[in-house]
Amino acid sequence: MAPLHRLVLIGSFFLFVLSIFSPPPALAQENPYIVAYDHYLEEPGNLEIEYFSTLGTQRGGNNFHAFWVEFEYGATAWWTTELYLEGQTTFNDSTVFTGFRWENRLRPLKREHFINPVLYVEYENKNGADKILKEGEGHDVESDFLVSNAQARKEHIHEIELKLILSSTFKGWNFTENTLAAKDLSNSPWEFGYALGASRPFALKASAKRCTLCPQNFVAGVEMYGGLGDRHSFGLHHTSHYLAPALAWNLPSGWTLRISPGFGLNDNSHRFLMRWGVSREITGFGSMVSRLFGGRK
Amino acid sequence: MKAIAAALAVCASFLAVSVVLAQTQNSVKPPAAAAPKYDPAIYAELQKAPEKARNRANPLQNDADAVAAGAILFEQHCAECHGHSAEGSRKAPSLLVPEVQNATPGTLFWLLTNGVVRKKMPVWSKLPEPRRWQLVRYIKSLGSAAPAAESPAHKP
Repeated sequence: MAPLHRLVLIGSFFLFVLSIFSPPPALAQENPYIVAYDHYLEEPGNLEIEYFSTLGTQRGGNNFHAFWVEFEYGATAWWTTELYLEGQTTFNDSTVFTGFRWENRLRPLKREHFINPVLYVEYENKNGADKILKEGEGHDVESDFLVSNAQARKEHIHEIELKLILSSTFKGWNFTENTLAAKDLSNSPWEFGYALGASRPFALKASAKRCTLCPQNFVAGVEMYGGLGDRHSFGLHHTSHYLAPALAWNLPSGWTLRISPGFGLNDNSHRFLMRWGVSREITGFGSMVSRLFGGRK
Repeated sequence: MKAIAAALAVCASFLAVSVVLAQTQNSVKPPAAAAPKYDPAIYAELQKAPEKARNRANPLQNDADAVAAGAILFEQHCAECHGHSAEGSRKAPSLLVPEVQNATPGTLFWLLTNGVVRKKMPVWSKLPEPRRWQLVRYIKSLGSAAPAAESPAHKP
């Protein structure tokens, strides 16, 4: 891994750990999804810093640990923008920085409806060693991951990814459906994918006392995601699919912990993925930056 | 390659600033919020609640714990913008004014659920319904706690 990339990754990690010691901001109320998106955007002016890991098993090759950091900022109540930095370690091979992504989510409707659409636009600048499995798309299958890091990182990918997120909340349940279309900016066909999710907090009412382990702080759910082929061969043939129960614990201190074991549903999928993540929301980040540059309090 | 390095450097700076500022913000007690300028037009959104929503009764009206639970939820989700006593700030209006205190519970619930996304008020339907009703109970309870003089509308 290039020294600069290593420095930035290590620096980000230590800064992230440092933020542990900043006193409590607002309580996050996050769903447990790691791949699927619901229609809730970041509150305006808030910054959420997130770290995620994916530990993947690999048949015929080395297992891997992929990781990424997200900086999610609520630009307005209808627009959230997000920057990702990602890397991976393939056991018995090497650790590589695999690229960055810039994601935007836009809420076109002013009010809450039974089904709430959100438009998602993302630019990805990554290399072929990317293994974070943040989405299922096209004909991506387990055997693609057999290539060594040295070889895979030679491939540069500039990709635009579009999603239509349709999400509903009913009697405490959240149901979400994401349809994905991605286009490598080289001469590759459009690829498609999907993600589905359902989740519910353990308790719908809040407790009258502050508590860490009470049921209201836990949200359980399940998500399913996979590829749908490309423009030339749309469908389930030669695609991978996963089913993943997920659990989120929203701590009163402002931290959210997530864990999600994922199971491959066919022979093209990794047999098992173990994902976990930790995130923290910094409220009023936009105002703080504004004050730094002489803006109004 | 230089572009990627630059993007990474910007990102690291972004994170560093965020952490430093978070520490600064939290180590210093927040100053008393500047008195927000009273503008009745801010509350016009409340009038847009459909009649059916306006007439909904709070199912937790007789729940003994609802106000206390609502107070915690308010502190966690609302105080950052509306102020710790709901007195308002430059970011969001006071909730102590008659426009809010005289609104029906159903109206406040509708506004919490839908937000005013074009004016920075987020959608709060991510909070389950009972928690939104607990918030409504708390907000309405502030009306009896706040003296009439606190309402800018009553100022000479």
